[in-house]
Amino acid sequence: MTEHTSSTTTRAADAAPTAPSQGGGASLFTPAPGAAPMWRMVASQARMELRVMLRHGEQFLLTMVIPVLLLVGFSLTSVLDVGPGPRVDALTPGVLALAVMSTSFTGLAIGTGFERRYGVLKRLGATPLSRFGLLAAKTLAVLGVQAIQIALLCTVALALGWSPDPDPAGVLSAVALVLLATAAFSSLGLLMAGTLRAEATLAGANLVYVLMLGLGGVLFPTSSFPAPLEQAASLLPVTALSSGLRTVLADGSLPGWGAFAVLAVWALVCGLLASRLFRWE
Amino acid sequence: MDTAAVEVVDLVKRYGATTAVSGLTFSARRGAVTALLGPNGAGKTSTIEICEGFRRADGGRVRVLGLDPVADATALKPRVGVMPQSGGVPTGARAAEWLNLMASFHASPIAPAVLMERLGLNSVAATPFRRLSGGQQQRLSLACAVVGRPELVFLDEPTAGLDPQARMATWDLVSALREAGVAVILSTHHMEEAERLADHVVIIDRGAVVAEGAPAALTEGRREVCFSSTPVDSSALLAALPEGSRVADGATADGRREYVVTTDDAAALGPEFLATVTAWCASAGVLAEDLRVRRRTLEDVFLELTGRELRDQ
Repeated sequence: MTEHTSSTTTRAADAAPTAPSQGGGASLFTPAPGAAPMWRMVASQARMELRVMLRHGEQFLLTMVIPVLLLVGFSLTSVLDVGPGPRVDALTPGVLALAVMSTSFTGLAIGTGFERRYGVLKRLGATPLSRFGLLAAKTLAVLGVQAIQIALLCTVALALGWSPDPDPAGVLSAVALVLLATAAFSSLGLLMAGTLRAEATLAGANLVYVLMLGLGGVLFPTSSFPAPLEQAASLLPVTALSSGLRTVLADGSLPGWGAFAVLAVWALVCGLLASRLFRWE
Repeated sequence: MDTAAVEVVDLVKRYGATTAVSGLTFSARRGAVTALLGPNGAGKTSTIEICEGFRRADGGRVRVLGLDPVADATALKPRVGVMPQSGGVPTGARAAEWLNLMASFHASPIAPAVLMERLGLNSVAATPFRRLSGGQQQRLSLACAVVGRPELVFLDEPTAGLDPQARMATWDLVSALREAGVAVILSTHHMEEAERLADHVVIIDRGAVVAEGAPAALTEGRREVCFSSTPVDSSALLAALPEGSRVADGATADGRREYVVTTDDAAALGPEFLATVTAWCASAGVLAEDLRVRRRTLEDVFLELTGRELRDQ
């Protein structure tokens, strides 16, 4: 198949046929297949996911702009009754919970839903990156955005006079709550993205965001709700996270097992359902 | 060692009540270009997607580089490049960024910048995928399929919707792949593409192979005598010709008829056959204008095999 071309450049004046089969080595396309190491694939995929998330206008609005505006706006005005104590102390834990949810649930669900619709998940399925690798990359990207969000919001809150109790055990339990909540939100987001149409995921994820913002004890504790509603709300993952963070950061005590249990159940149930029902295309 | 690049035997694929592929069999050599040629809905994409491991067959046997596309997926993925018909890239990813990502999945990829240059994508390196033209999206997708230096690439309608320059660039790249020893399986309904690029053409219609062979072999010996004239008695003409001949006719713009005379016995279509046609015309007092003997193109063969009527699907 290469008779008519291989002679034109390399072999035309070459009369010494000593190296019998080095002819193909010159081509750009000579096959040299092989997968990169897993860690490199995951690292570059995570970087790509992170860039796409941060660059996306609406997602940036949802994950960065809205939480900062809520924090600044309700800290500096007294439109909203946020409970006793300095306003920023009461608001910061809830806004942090909202920020965590906006990335690991809303952003992840919408992004993944459209990736599925545009055949990106299918195309990635044809590369050496495994599904596990893709999930690992998405998790790293979500955690990366959340780290940026938390750094940003804590800086803004501190500038507004926030004075949390930096108790090491409390900080550890807050980190544990955030990680567990991320697992719960991500599972729920992937469950929606992998089963619904992209538009339905978009609408549903935004609706859930707004509902959780209103009902989830993000801006004010759910203790101001009527008792039945408060009990129902306490089963929401965002309520578990915001009340847990409030216990640690505002009250300076350790969160009860209830918050961990609620988040663990959500993570487990949604994770199982997602792994069963997720369709890649 | 020399297993085929792709071997498909009695492949069956159904979607509900519809049978997309029904008993399809073909094989593709390593280091050669194999074109799956067929009208829309013939089962080309289903066949390719089964070979890529995206879909499961309902029957038959598929081997890619000697392996099972589903069971041996992990071993196959680094060795096989894939270009889907459309999409496959996040709308917000930039062209160069995405190709770099694809390259990073492989052990010894082609330098992405070289590939971008070669496919004329340098000017849009920083452009998000959604702002690329259709042709640029296609070429990026092609670059992604080959960047990992695969042994085998599947190109699903690689030039659909491309302008002539972009089509030439794609054809050049396919030729370069072939010269480098890469096996290429491409689907197309573009006759010229199959004729120019392919070592082996598999004509598929309604989910099965209707003909296959080298383009030259498919058209070889397929000659026909054409002329135009005032309307003639074509059954009388047919009666004058040797057994196995056929006469087809069609209207021309000026009210005359265009006649195509051929015979099943390729060897019989020689000087004597031509003389028989002209002698009959002389005896019937018909002036055969634009009289010529022409070799049939792949398109003629294709239309003859798959029918000329338009189809919904």
